[in-house]
Amino acid sequence: MADLTKKSLTEIVSLIKKKEIKSEEVTNLFIKNIENDKKLNSFITNCNEHAVKKAKKFDKNPKLDTLLPGIPIAVKDLFCTEGVKTTAGSKMLDNFIPNYESTITKNLWNEGAFLLGKLNCDEYAMGSSNETSFFGNVINPVAENTVPGGSSGGSASALAADLTPATIGTDTGGSIRQPASFTGTVGLKPTYGLCSRWGIVAFASSLDQAGPMTKTVEDCALMLEAMAGFDEKDSTSINKKKENYSKNLTNNIKGLKIGIPKEYRVDGMPKEIDKLWENGKKILKESGAEIIDISLPNTKYALPTYYIVAPAEASSNLARYDGVKYGFRSNKGTNLIEMYENTRSEGFGDEVKRRILIGTYVLSSGYYDAYYIKAQKVRQLIKNDFDESFKKVDAILTPSTPSAAFKIGEKKNDPISMYLNDIFTVPVNLAGIPAISIPAGTDNNNYPLGLQLIGKTLDEQKLLNIAFAVEKKINFKQNLNRWWEK
Amino acid sequence: MSIDKDKIKHVSKLARISVDEKKIDDLTKDLSSIFKFIEQLNELNTDKVEPLSSILNEPLRSRKDEINDGKIRDKILENSPKKNEEFFVVPKVIE
Repeated sequence: MADLTKKSLTEIVSLIKKKEIKSEEVTNLFIKNIENDKKLNSFITNCNEHAVKKAKKFDKNPKLDTLLPGIPIAVKDLFCTEGVKTTAGSKMLDNFIPNYESTITKNLWNEGAFLLGKLNCDEYAMGSSNETSFFGNVINPVAENTVPGGSSGGSASALAADLTPATIGTDTGGSIRQPASFTGTVGLKPTYGLCSRWGIVAFASSLDQAGPMTKTVEDCALMLEAMAGFDEKDSTSINKKKENYSKNLTNNIKGLKIGIPKEYRVDGMPKEIDKLWENGKKILKESGAEIIDISLPNTKYALPTYYIVAPAEASSNLARYDGVKYGFRSNKGTNLIEMYENTRSEGFGDEVKRRILIGTYVLSSGYYDAYYIKAQKVRQLIKNDFDESFKKVDAILTPSTPSAAFKIGEKKNDPISMYLNDIFTVPVNLAGIPAISIPAGTDNNNYPLGLQLIGKTLDEQKLLNIAFAVEKKINFKQNLNRWWEK
Repeated sequence: MSIDKDKIKHVSKLARISVDEKKIDDLTKDLSSIFKFIEQLNELNTDKVEPLSSILNEPLRSRKDEINDGKIRDKILENSPKKNEEFFVVPKVIE
């Protein structure tokens, strides 16, 4: 079974359940791929020995009535893992070993999975290209010198290169969906509050949400089922019954109404994206759905709103990194204040510092109303736009990103052009609703492009069903020649 | 609202981040363009809009104030950059 690592998570789970393959064999095949990779830089920490030990233990006494029996999974290095270094892609946490496990990873391990490694990401999840990581750029397996997107770029790259059968990321403004789109994979940002934030290194707490990144929509349903659930340790966790997303997955979407928002057609967008969008509409119609033109009039204000709200929350969240209790401490300075200032200056990278400064400014005396309160008002308007639309439609179809993957360095020196990457993904985070990106085709370089489906609060099942129906008909095939192994 | 070097120095003091003099021009340029971008919001009249306070439909839960973990002092101290027995050590703050 040489190409087992190319199979979907669902197929691998089924082979293990049928006892046709052992967890140890699966684990060793992924480890082989990880060891053969010489260029992608998608891992910060490898846990090969740990994984083999767990696999052997599983095989001795296989518990098969779980969702992820004997499955090795590498996760974004933003999830705290007990006893395993958790860096958030920052020098600040280069030596941080949590003494607790995040709820989301604990949920995966309770379903039979175990840790394969910690994946590279933009520093504190602030970035759209994985170029802000202290541990270096991640490369997109789609083409050399190309970014995988961000911030969950290591997750997307490792998944697309068959270094992990599935993975998890976090999405504050598009950090799951944009890299999924750039790498030809599936990524879901769940409803705010569906997946616990406990034990995830915080960026912007009213926007942060963990979600699955997988090769297929079916895998995505399976992973979400394992991750989601009420957690009393997260005060924003939604208390609701668990759903069987994978069992209830269907491609019957007859009679559903899908909205097409006119504001998501932007200047300079490649022709191919328009074509894919049209194709998506056609497929939905063929599947029995009804297409309805809608308007989300405040869309253009989502990104400016985000760049007030997210940095404001980040500046507050990142105040904890002071060099006292954990993490990096500068040895420069003669008093406590200088120690703080030097620690934070040396420990954080440029993008993180930039955002802390923006956030501090918009929250500072005299500017709070003009920026922060203004942004929270516009955030309400953006949410109202979605609420109004969802009175008429079941879901909304848009492109995931305004372009395909770009070259390393191409946008690094222009923060605004970098931020524009998230123009189609950010509104969803501001409104707290779920959205999924699925691979839909390629641009003229043959780089993948994604389509985004946006749903109502807690309507993940319907969203997955629509994505499942579209995925089947698009039948996107990724054919990578594994150049990173040479 | 324009961003100048003095404002950046003031904000970096509030944020406890020392800013390298050599980098301050670039930072001023970047932050100016970002603020110009976010000030697009001023086009919108929001006089009658209430600011959003939570995207959840339900109020935040409170929990009983009781200890349910703890006794991990030594584990927590293991991550400290500098410690002395069971204490975190910081530069001297009183003479």
